[in-house]
Amino acid sequence: MSDLNGLRIADRKHIGLAEMLKGGVIMDVTNAEQAKIAEDAGAVSVMALERVPADIRKEGGVARMSPVKKIKEIQQTVTIPVMAKVRIGHFVEAQILEALAVDYIDESEVLTPADEHFHIDKFAFRIPFVCGCRDLGEALRRIGEGAAMIRTKGEAGSGNIVEAVRHMRALVSGIRRLTTLAPEELMTEAKTLGAPYELVRWVAKAGKLPVPNFSAGGIATPADAALMMQLGAEAVFVGSGIFKSSDPAKRARAIVQATTHFKDPDVLARVSEDLGDAMVGLEISKLPEKELLQTRGW
Amino acid sequence: MRVGVLALQGDFALHATALAKCGVEAVEVRKPSELDDVEGLIIPGGESTTLLKLMDAWNFTSAIETFHGAGKPIFGTCAGLIILAREVESPKQFSLGLIDVSVERNAYGRQRESFEASGVASLDAGPIPLEMVFIRAPRIRRVGPSVQVLAEHRGEPVMARQGRVLVATFHPELTDNTTVHRYFCDLVGRAWVAA
Repeated sequence: MSDLNGLRIADRKHIGLAEMLKGGVIMDVTNAEQAKIAEDAGAVSVMALERVPADIRKEGGVARMSPVKKIKEIQQTVTIPVMAKVRIGHFVEAQILEALAVDYIDESEVLTPADEHFHIDKFAFRIPFVCGCRDLGEALRRIGEGAAMIRTKGEAGSGNIVEAVRHMRALVSGIRRLTTLAPEELMTEAKTLGAPYELVRWVAKAGKLPVPNFSAGGIATPADAALMMQLGAEAVFVGSGIFKSSDPAKRARAIVQATTHFKDPDVLARVSEDLGDAMVGLEISKLPEKELLQTRGW
Repeated sequence: MRVGVLALQGDFALHATALAKCGVEAVEVRKPSELDDVEGLIIPGGESTTLLKLMDAWNFTSAIETFHGAGKPIFGTCAGLIILAREVESPKQFSLGLIDVSVERNAYGRQRESFEASGVASLDAGPIPLEMVFIRAPRIRRVGPSVQVLAEHRGEPVMARQGRVLVATFHPELTDNTTVHRYFCDLVGRAWVAA
């Protein structure tokens, strides 16, 4: 068990697995065949889900945890860690994933929420959780519940990077702001953020989150991945961006290279050449408010 | 003296922090030419399949072999050990073969089976306590005659050395204990002076 200022957070071995994934690309897959393509392209991990976000958006209906059979097939096919998504608050889907020995659970806004008030108590599980956030307060609430990794939400299935950028900038500037506050200001700040005081104090001193911080939601090109890394992401999740493009294997390889060499424009130019068509993107401001995935969870 | 950390993927930043605690300058290495400026190299934890692909794209294999041939020390943790080993199983995959051990990947199981343990390192200065974090860790299944076992967990080798190559199946960089990094920095320092 790890603790910060007396507050329990996720186990070191679970935060440690997220550390091992840094500088890598975690790719959404719906079946074993896609998982194999992802692993061969250099993914550090695959995320099993029922449908990629772009299809969830298009087809509608309730989006749930991936079928058990699909998860088992994916686990048998690849040697990299296998993650899977559960609905926000659906702790029984999480219990099933724990029984399957999935390596990481994503309590995700991309699926239809099962609970409109409460997220899962992540300390009740022997496997780690990653959760989405749009700002510092949301990140610290999830870490307080036991998340071992945070990812900014972006807008999944949009193929548009603007929300991912907004959320990463909000998070990074929220952290930076905390480091400028005097000790007596931190309790009020904790109240404003709606975040545990112990975590607020820790972040104010350390200038970073106590768990790794990755980026998700809208990455469609190698340049998008490198942009998020330069803005402070420590790894990236790519959902629809790969398997909704015209040449998934090639695009996946390019995004892997771009995530490693994110500071090297010569490499970025080279890997961005001749990738075929990217997924078709959506103009976020034209989406009705109720179709946004990022506003799920609190 | 500068020590490189292979920064293609994995927990390279934690290794850099551990080196800094030992008073050694760490350099992130993303291209083979950057090996020219360092006296030792750490291959971090990460995903070995991903690391191998990224190494392959930049011809790191021959560059690291040359680095080793020049007598410069290399330290691999977890995935780094898998890349340095003579043989790798489950599945069989390419490795550099710079230390005569056979390793089995993910040999304790998936993340649910990851664990922490305390142990003892038998180093030059005598036994030193270790905090060991094992994450989807490999197991060393065979140790060649010229390999020295430096630490064990439940009777199995978890840290070993052959000449100027040091490996561990666990992650000292995840703890505040710098024993293992100091040991490696001493190796690098002695090799540097000898050269």
